[in-house]
Amino acid sequence: MTRKVVITGLGATTPIGGDVPTMWKNALKGVSGAHTLEDDWVAKYELPVHFAARCSTPALDVLSRVEAKRMDPSTQFGVIAAREAWADSGITEVDHDRLAVAFATGIGGVWTLLDAWDTLKEKGPRRVLPMTVPMLMPNGVAAAVSLDLGARAGAHTPVSACASGTEALHLGLDLIRSGKADVVMCGGAEAAIHPMPLAAFSSMQALSRRNDDPEHASRPYDLGRDGFVMGEGAGALVLEAEEHALARGARIYAELAGTSVTSDSYHITAPDPQGLGATRALKAAMFDGRIQAEDVVHVNAHATSTPVGDKPEYTALRAALGSHVDNVAVSATKSQMGHLLGASGAVEAVLTVLAVYERKAPLTINLENQDPEIPLDVVTSSRALPAGDIVALSNSFGFGGHNAVIAVRSV
Amino acid sequence: MASNEEILAGLAEIVNEETGLAPEAVEMDKSFTEDLDIDSISMMTIVVNAEEKFGVRIPDEEVKNLKTVGDAVSFISGAQAA
Repeated sequence: MTRKVVITGLGATTPIGGDVPTMWKNALKGVSGAHTLEDDWVAKYELPVHFAARCSTPALDVLSRVEAKRMDPSTQFGVIAAREAWADSGITEVDHDRLAVAFATGIGGVWTLLDAWDTLKEKGPRRVLPMTVPMLMPNGVAAAVSLDLGARAGAHTPVSACASGTEALHLGLDLIRSGKADVVMCGGAEAAIHPMPLAAFSSMQALSRRNDDPEHASRPYDLGRDGFVMGEGAGALVLEAEEHALARGARIYAELAGTSVTSDSYHITAPDPQGLGATRALKAAMFDGRIQAEDVVHVNAHATSTPVGDKPEYTALRAALGSHVDNVAVSATKSQMGHLLGASGAVEAVLTVLAVYERKAPLTINLENQDPEIPLDVVTSSRALPAGDIVALSNSFGFGGHNAVIAVRSV
Repeated sequence: MASNEEILAGLAEIVNEETGLAPEAVEMDKSFTEDLDIDSISMMTIVVNAEEKFGVRIPDEEVKNLKTVGDAVSFISGAQAA
């Protein structure tokens, strides 16, 4: 008998809310977290993109100055989200040897790395501070969360670009099912609104250049979409073996019923146009959770708003769900908060869990002229999800051909 | 050249910036590790910041000899005089 895994705690800090209640309220209202960047480096480096979606609550409004000094901004966001999720779970006593961490990032401590490089060039090696290494390492966020919670059953860092956050949940589920842990703090964190990544993603033609109208730049499925909007932040979820949650009388949001990871082996950045890897991931997650297409009522899509990315996901959804895809309410929440890269899967998992728990789908904004090649039922106004047993899926795809899917079932 | 009192005050500021400890807790007879609970990574950061503030060089092999705040004040004072 496979151990059943449930979700009992949620945390987030995002461009549309510095905590879960604020994010959820805004996600149902439909707001944009994208704004013009006021930093002098935008003009200094003549960046082609002048906007991004910053966290609505700066990390330094939450953490103490001394605490923050020892963390890269990505780790700051991760720790903030993990603390909220932990408090939300209501866990007061836990066997720390049975508590694990699976906390992802796409890029890691890019601010720390590049600041240290600037310091080396300007002031010499003596001024490169000793905390540089633990702050820039990609596992820095998982390590910091592990230290913060006293998690001693392993601290893992899945890295698969924009699929990382979802892959963390895949790993977390496995850690509990296989008996290696009873509770896992899962999540993803990213803080890459720095001129270098902005320049690099621009070079790939991946970012929207709607500089005169940032709030309308992220427009998944719209004919006028021209790239994604860089976001930042973190999401966190407490996964718990069902018997562990029941024994302490926990509030259970939903079951993490199934997960999967596949790889395209097609191209280093381009998605397989037929969405074959994504299709296999969707089918595998449904198989893992013993889910029929008809059970699925909602999908939180990867949908980044790039011209080439949105359509293969639709193709995959139709291949996996068949004609039932027409009955599924699809939300593209990156329209509101931009693309949080390695954190996006975790934040979207939080939204997916809340959608199942509250029976409400978050909104997709900026959809004015829906691409006729993507005839999905996109949620653009308040939408209730049906009563009874329901399942929602959340997809994430990353450069490198990484596909990750989770399936969340109502309890 | 700074007086010992000025060096102590400057060090206390650096320690406060790095660890959040109240500046008045940084007293001459306090041990960095035992009393102030400063780990080796913070200690190196404090050393580098002190070098910049006081215009001296504190060699890595000297750092292990700086057990108390007073040791650091004496070393910096001596280095400034040299």
